[in-house]
Amino acid sequence: MTTQVFRAAARPIWKERPAPAYQSIKALVLGGFAIAIIVPILVVISTSLASDKDIIEAGGYVLWPKHPTVKAYETLFSGGLMGRAIMVSVFVTLVGTALALVTTISLAYATSRPVLFGRPVLLLVLFTLLFAPGIIPMFLIVKQLGLIDSLWSLILPGALGAFNFVVMRTFFMNVPQELLESARIDGASDFTILRRIVMPLSKAVIAVVGLFYAVGFWNAFFNALLYLNDTSKWPVQVILRTYVLQGKSLSADQLGVTPPPQPQSLQMAVVVVALVPIAMVYPFLQRHFTKGVITGAVKG
Amino acid sequence: METSTPMDAKSTSTTTEPSTLTTSATAAPPRGTEPTPHGAGARSTRRVKAKLPFGVRWRRDWQMVLMMVPGVLFLIVFFYLPVLGNVVAFQDFQPYLGIMHSEWNGLQNFVNLYANPDFWDALRNTMILAGVQLLLFFPVPLAMALIVDSLVSNRIRRAFQTIAYLPHFLSWVLVIALFQQSLGGAGFVNNLLRQAGLDPIPFMTNPDTFPLLVVGQLIWKDAGWAMIIFLAALSAVDVSLYEAAAADGAGRWRRLWHITLPSMRTVIVLLLILRIGDILSVGFEQFILQRDSVGPGAAEVLDTFTYYAGVVGGDWSSGAAAGLAKGVVGALLLWGANSIAHRLGEPGIFQKRSGS
Repeated sequence: MTTQVFRAAARPIWKERPAPAYQSIKALVLGGFAIAIIVPILVVISTSLASDKDIIEAGGYVLWPKHPTVKAYETLFSGGLMGRAIMVSVFVTLVGTALALVTTISLAYATSRPVLFGRPVLLLVLFTLLFAPGIIPMFLIVKQLGLIDSLWSLILPGALGAFNFVVMRTFFMNVPQELLESARIDGASDFTILRRIVMPLSKAVIAVVGLFYAVGFWNAFFNALLYLNDTSKWPVQVILRTYVLQGKSLSADQLGVTPPPQPQSLQMAVVVVALVPIAMVYPFLQRHFTKGVITGAVKG
Repeated sequence: METSTPMDAKSTSTTTEPSTLTTSATAAPPRGTEPTPHGAGARSTRRVKAKLPFGVRWRRDWQMVLMMVPGVLFLIVFFYLPVLGNVVAFQDFQPYLGIMHSEWNGLQNFVNLYANPDFWDALRNTMILAGVQLLLFFPVPLAMALIVDSLVSNRIRRAFQTIAYLPHFLSWVLVIALFQQSLGGAGFVNNLLRQAGLDPIPFMTNPDTFPLLVVGQLIWKDAGWAMIIFLAALSAVDVSLYEAAAADGAGRWRRLWHITLPSMRTVIVLLLILRIGDILSVGFEQFILQRDSVGPGAAEVLDTFTYYAGVVGGDWSSGAAAGLAKGVVGALLLWGANSIAHRLGEPGIFQKRSGS
């Protein structure tokens, strides 16, 4: 009853109360969509934590593990390919994000002011939104640079994203000009202004863009497929593809000594390992990105 | 060094120029047409600033220029060089000879493509999938945004948004893995069907229904995310318009048709243009990941054709030709859609900006 009163108060006076039929259609559409997103993720997590007995009883998949166990994860982390893959993915994500942030922040700041070469450089970046160079020429360049089978092939080609650049630049353009001018009068160099004034004011947008980059590096799959032949350098996403989608088993030596206990839970554990970092940063990302996306889209 | 000295000399001479001008103006006002009123001079400072000689600007901005160096280096090495590298599409490219020494063969690679049935299959699949995506995917986020916007309760709205945005951040590998675990032959939906005594349905492996599966995956992953922009546009609609319309007796649907949708026209057109420009890139990872299970007959698109012909098959030139054709057609489509939008009086994505 109280909620009824509250909702009536929140509803604008001119808006008629929807008919029950509309109400239920809305609830059905949104509820159905939400369930379709949550259930597969929940099932995968539950199954990865379920004991062998649970899985056999449930016929393959578990909605809620009755006897939770982390055996699958122990097997997974007992060394071998998966442990290395996680190291690779973490390395690529951290180094890539740091590099991309440096490139993006400095370029976005420099082009956000009316400076020498600012306009042509801006056009250079914006043109990348229009046309993609193509897979083959990219491969040839990376090969020419000697980066095949090097982890730098996963990092360097992602060191600047045009979309993130636009978001960042739009934000920098809104930093009050007076602050920068007074700092300049006090004798601050452009580097000092960027480091001591602009960046502290832009913490939120830097965090969001950084997370966008991090998610991108963590999720990157095709780069690794294209540039890495050496299985010991594979990131998590490629392992996920090979093991879960293609159903190839990771042989005993790749997984450590013990043979896999129950393939089902082990497969699910691989999925969860790829999922967890995203799930961890998502709440923060969700709180801030909407604003970033909209400013980027509207003012680009 | 050689270039900097004359520049510096020039710059010092020009920087002193304004001061001498003003002093002369104040000292000797009556000098024919020369002296301009102070107001006009102040108004044109922006233009004067833009005309500063190179040396002055360089000394003022060199740190900023330095900051552009990493980004510009990146753009040159990983964008503009590969764009130029597309010349291999006009060569009989041999990896051991390299771009510089491979022989040119004109349009031969495109002629070969024209005669290659696999290419036409890839093109056909791309067009079918793009069409289905445009028709079935594009309206979904719009409809969802309209529903979410009509919710009165903030709590429900926020909860739904939190769930709906999440899949956008999952990788395609993960999304396909989740779909396989749910709808695959041994997935839990088919397990339930079997337990209920029904025949399992091959959602993931039937080439005939593959376009629908692809759209389903796209909706699952990105419909929520695509909703954001529509929601922003909806929140910008002037509420007093609704109020006035309601006072004049317009019902829910009339308000939707006469206020909401016209207010969103610009955004809808903008997203449609972007979608059309991107139409040939139907989603590369999504297809390469499912090409094995559905077969190339249904899942080969232009991008995967490029990859399999070029990188896997070693026919670099054909792959590059297909990739180049795709890139050029994509850019043309984008430009064409944008021109049509301009004709219809919409701002589109590239605007002719005056000034700034």
